[in-house]
Amino acid sequence: MSLLSPVSPDPAAQAGPASAPDAGPDIPLQRHRPFSRANLTQTIAGGYLPLILTTVVVFLPLLWMVLSSFKQPGEIITMDLKILPESLNLENYNIAMTTVPFAQFFVNSLIVTSVGATIKVLLAILTAYALVFVRFPYKNVIFVLILVALMVPPQVSILPNYILIAGMGGKNTLWGIILPGLGTAFGTFLLRQHFMTLPASILESAEIDGAGHWRRLWQIVVPVSGPSIATVALVVVVSEWNDYIWPLIITDRPETMTLPVGLTLLQNSEGNGSGWGILMAGAVLVIVPILLVFAALQRYIVAGLTQGSVTG
Amino acid sequence: MTRQLTDRPRAVVEAKPPAAPRARWSSRTRRDFVVFLALALPNLLLIAVFTYLPLFNNIYYSTLDWTLGSASATVVGFDNYVTFFTSSDATKVLGTTAVFTVITVGGSMVLGLLVALALNSKIRGTTFARSAVFAPYVLSGVGVGLVWLFIFDPGYGVLAWLLRGLGQQSPQWINDPQLSLVMVIIVYVWKNLGYCAVVYLAGLQSLPQDVMEAASLDGANGFRRFVSMALPLLSPTTFFLLITTMLSSLQAFDLIRIMTPLGNGTSTLIYEAYLQAFGAFNRAGYSAAISVILFAILLIITVLQLRFVERKVHYS
Repeated sequence: MSLLSPVSPDPAAQAGPASAPDAGPDIPLQRHRPFSRANLTQTIAGGYLPLILTTVVVFLPLLWMVLSSFKQPGEIITMDLKILPESLNLENYNIAMTTVPFAQFFVNSLIVTSVGATIKVLLAILTAYALVFVRFPYKNVIFVLILVALMVPPQVSILPNYILIAGMGGKNTLWGIILPGLGTAFGTFLLRQHFMTLPASILESAEIDGAGHWRRLWQIVVPVSGPSIATVALVVVVSEWNDYIWPLIITDRPETMTLPVGLTLLQNSEGNGSGWGILMAGAVLVIVPILLVFAALQRYIVAGLTQGSVTG
Repeated sequence: MTRQLTDRPRAVVEAKPPAAPRARWSSRTRRDFVVFLALALPNLLLIAVFTYLPLFNNIYYSTLDWTLGSASATVVGFDNYVTFFTSSDATKVLGTTAVFTVITVGGSMVLGLLVALALNSKIRGTTFARSAVFAPYVLSGVGVGLVWLFIFDPGYGVLAWLLRGLGQQSPQWINDPQLSLVMVIIVYVWKNLGYCAVVYLAGLQSLPQDVMEAASLDGANGFRRFVSMALPLLSPTTFFLLITTMLSSLQAFDLIRIMTPLGNGTSTLIYEAYLQAFGAFNRAGYSAAISVILFAILLIITVLQLRFVERKVHYS
């Protein structure tokens, strides 16, 4: 089913070219042949034009970012728009990396993302397994508390968490950036829903074989849940990498800033007109890694981020 | 399976007398109890400390007259709330929040639906286009905000160049409070409409085919078919999107912070709470009060959503 599908299945076309000429008058509802001019126009106007338009609207700003990152100030501060840079000059990247410690930001972002995401995924697996496969009273109460936590936005917690973490000496430390976000309601919820669908029989046979919870978890449940765990992991990686409000508040020294916060620092020092090329180089360094991850694994990421939409 | 397993221990726990807690537990139940806590407790503790505790702390801080970083604070009761609602802040901040939320939610849903309709055709390239449209949603708001700030730059931006071509002067997007809100809304919709498009597309593809085919045989054209049949059938998707996009619009921070650092005309509740605590004034108590107000709004929306879901489950 396709609401705006311009190409309708055409029985005349399937019958072959010989029957096509006389098919027209006999069929009361006039249909176009697949490659007739009217049909082509309709396909392009109704099908491809909106698609291309949408894709262009999405990609032009990103393309502009990449092109501008190679431009010298003289190519940007001009009344005529220069679309292509004169050369693939890496000078802007060089300036961006030396004005602020971009390499340090990159390392910090890598540490925060990899450590934070690994622990989060691990905690989600353990909690979801416990909620589904281990006997415990009040499991439903705990699950409801996790569901409610899912609804609480981290943004309303920044001030109390800042006071708590700063009081613990976590200001300008990487653990101070990582710690408050470690508890994961989202991952637990998603994996619990998946674990519930696993057939009980495979676990029961393992239980009879004498396998304990730990072995059942790692040798049966985790191996058969690859796609779900990948989905959770990718969503967590993307959100850790892009996380802004918390690292912005808890760091004010360049040594511990992550990339998005470091980009803000660069913006503060290059905020005049001549610095746009340098800022675009910085934006490329922040955006492109996630864009590559997304391009490679978009199926999982889209599924994870739109989860729940089909079930309502 | 889980239900069977949980029944027994629950009965055991309810029957146990408080004085002798462990005596009646079988060794297996006790072992499961320990296993559960060992697996789940770290995560549950983190959620308790960094998600639940802040909610109560916020309420407490909101009753204080307290400069962030200062050692002393005075308890002022509801003064912060009174200050907020009686000053011009309330109308300005609540108004900005309402305008931002309504336009971004409406804009990304309507455009998202249109894009979903374009994607829902049996031509080649839709898979690529679907990913392309979704891409901005996963990109750093800081990076994306900077790119658009350059495009909107009144001197050297692409938009200014286009307007010059039409003989127009570029408006002062950043300095004009109203235009800066318009600018942030445009970029926010650009970044988020892919989410709506993908969710709507999933909704469109789950519509019953025979119903749509029946409609087309009756001679209903595409548009009528869509309005009278697809749109009502899509209403659960629409409601889901309405709630989720409303919640995320109310929490929008990255773009606002990077495009309008001083919040000139773009101070929504979340941004005002940030500026009050971490901007020039360090008014921690006042900021906490605004956070509590924001949380109350988010809570109301969430409860509405839960009630709807409950009703839907009941009907089906």
